[in-house]
Amino acid sequence: MATDKLVVTHAPHIRDRDSVPGIMGGVLIALVPALIAATIVFGWYSLVLVAVCAAAAVVTEWVWMALRQKEAKAIVQDYSAALTGVLLAFTLPPTTPIWMAILGSVVAITIGKQIFGGLGFNIFNPALVGRAFLTASFPMAMTDWVLDGTSTATPLGGAAATNLELFLGTIGGSLGETSALALLLGGAYLLYKRLIDWRLPLGYLGAVVVLALLVGEDPIFHLLAGGLMLGAFYMLTDPVTSPLSRKGRWIYAVVAGIIVFMVRVWGDAPGGVLYSILIMNMAVPLLDRFLPDRIFGEVKAK
Amino acid sequence: MASKTFKSGVMAPEFKKQTRGKEIIDIAVPRRVILPLKEGPGDPAKPIVKKNDEVRAGQIIAEAQGGWGLPVRASIGGKVEGIVDIRNASGQSGKGIAIAGDGSMDLEKLEPLGNDISGFDPEAIAKRVQEAGILGMGGAGFPTHVKLMPPPDVKIDTVIINGAECEPYLTCDEKVMETRPEEIVAGLRILMRALGAKKGIVGIKSHKKKSIKLISEAAKDFPEIEVNGLVDKYPMGAEKMLIDALTGRRVPQGGLPFHVGVAVNNIQTAVAVKEAVLDGIPLIRRVVTVTGSGIKEPGDYRVYIGITVEELLKEAGGMKDNAAKVVAGGPMMGQALHQLETPMGRADTAVLVMTEQESHLPPERPCIRCARCVDHCPVFLNPITLANYSERQNIEGMERLKINDCIECGTCSFVCPAKKPLVQNIILGKGIVREAQSRNGGSD
Repeated sequence: MATDKLVVTHAPHIRDRDSVPGIMGGVLIALVPALIAATIVFGWYSLVLVAVCAAAAVVTEWVWMALRQKEAKAIVQDYSAALTGVLLAFTLPPTTPIWMAILGSVVAITIGKQIFGGLGFNIFNPALVGRAFLTASFPMAMTDWVLDGTSTATPLGGAAATNLELFLGTIGGSLGETSALALLLGGAYLLYKRLIDWRLPLGYLGAVVVLALLVGEDPIFHLLAGGLMLGAFYMLTDPVTSPLSRKGRWIYAVVAGIIVFMVRVWGDAPGGVLYSILIMNMAVPLLDRFLPDRIFGEVKAK
Repeated sequence: MASKTFKSGVMAPEFKKQTRGKEIIDIAVPRRVILPLKEGPGDPAKPIVKKNDEVRAGQIIAEAQGGWGLPVRASIGGKVEGIVDIRNASGQSGKGIAIAGDGSMDLEKLEPLGNDISGFDPEAIAKRVQEAGILGMGGAGFPTHVKLMPPPDVKIDTVIINGAECEPYLTCDEKVMETRPEEIVAGLRILMRALGAKKGIVGIKSHKKKSIKLISEAAKDFPEIEVNGLVDKYPMGAEKMLIDALTGRRVPQGGLPFHVGVAVNNIQTAVAVKEAVLDGIPLIRRVVTVTGSGIKEPGDYRVYIGITVEELLKEAGGMKDNAAKVVAGGPMMGQALHQLETPMGRADTAVLVMTEQESHLPPERPCIRCARCVDHCPVFLNPITLANYSERQNIEGMERLKINDCIECGTCSFVCPAKKPLVQNIILGKGIVREAQSRNGGSD
């Protein structure tokens, strides 16, 4: 070879195989068990809703990238928009009309993500922004829980359900939130592949369990009910909107867990998981700034 | 044996199969060498030969300057071609003395200090190590005699021999451990004697069973010497990480190993110390790894200091047609060369030749704040924030997050799924901070 054509780059000259599309794709894979559970419990319309939300999110991202004159193809290929769409669909009631789902996705990507500068710059979890928008705009449709063709309440709303039913997910609730079993399977995959930090689900779920024990409620019920599992493994763990420092991650997760429990037990409105995460998303820049990790060999201030 | 380790870091791929298990290849006396006047942090040596002078191998051709300086010795016999401009493997420009070899290897030796290590005068050892031109052969090039002369109020109780060789691809130290275990132990005993240290530890990755066995056998008569297995993790060979793993002591911020009573020396440095003290042989040869998918005959070669990368690659069968990048050192911290007329110095460990396909870095994407850089940083810094501050020239931010604690190991860039040039930006940031500090009269 000609030596005048040597490639010169900065060290390191080898890189780990993991990539952003790989991470986002991994989370999508981890959501498959919950998607199967949703299809079994709520029927084929669940699949349609998930597909519609994902497609709407990707198209919205594409349009924004084109408007911002970015390389739309490369960005959309990172699967992050698709993931936002799927996660949003998982939080919706299984009877949500198509147009409403599309609107939610457009808002999630536009207001949740693109106005902040796109992937990596958003403050709030985009899927939860979409869900919060829909909750505020269509409160009736967003609490229309249908199971086997009849309207029902959710267990948190007072419906009777055994812990086994909660675990399997054969109950009224949001499309992808009801089956703790399926979500735990996916969560185990995420932990095994190190796609999420174990501190976050542990701190979040742990805080709920401890508080439940303290006030004499059934901790198992609180773990399995509502969107807690989905939130713990897939929403709170969104890397973009969680802290960088280890200390910050603990505080973020534990305080979010405390907020969920307070909303559930002393609050009046549904959506404890939703708001606990959105509120703590806001605290992330502060946590990063004021709770840095201790540096190697750090000497205590004299 | 339990493997010792430090917190964080990364399980990096090894890529050592290409050269592992092969014997060290002694190359022929080269026709030409260029000996750099400056290696490591000391002052450049002052040439004492001129063009056309005949020199013997081992002869001093440039004198040490200052307390940290080292003499330069001819590695081959021949005629001085002159003093030439060079760019060393780390990209720094400087001067070097070029020698045209006549093929002779009539080595000019030093007087051995004797045989009884426990009777040596510590100062005489340090002096000998300096005059033999010995420096840290693991890559840093820190002058070894300086490590042997700590400030008077400092007590060194432990000498560590660094056999971690954590850079992927490299096997030169492994080969030396497998072929010269007695000399490594003798070198360690000399270093311990020089420092009055009561304990010696050789740290070796646990899976290098052969090296551990041979060195343990060589040290069996010396209860003060321990051989410890290490977890296969990067950057285990970084001084601070190795000390933490082996002794549980953490070098304080901005400190050096002697602040925790430890001196760390590389495997090949230990051999060089033994040769200089017991055999009177100055440091003029070392073992380097020549490897990568782009080289025809990968292997560990015993070379003469000052051989150019170009000559060395010829010795290793030459580059393949698809070779595209030549790295001096390992893949994590090594420098990509832009020309091959670069001399291999005493601290240069390897040449890695990568193919066209391996040479280009994957495309960069936006950071998703996954915190892998934070979780893997061996000194617990926040690499992505530091890199962002560096891009924005936020000096206050870089100082607050202790940019100068970065050991530049490259772990952050390696693990980054967005393929961001984190360590590169941090190194640039260090320069920005240094400049600002010197502008402000050197205040912290």
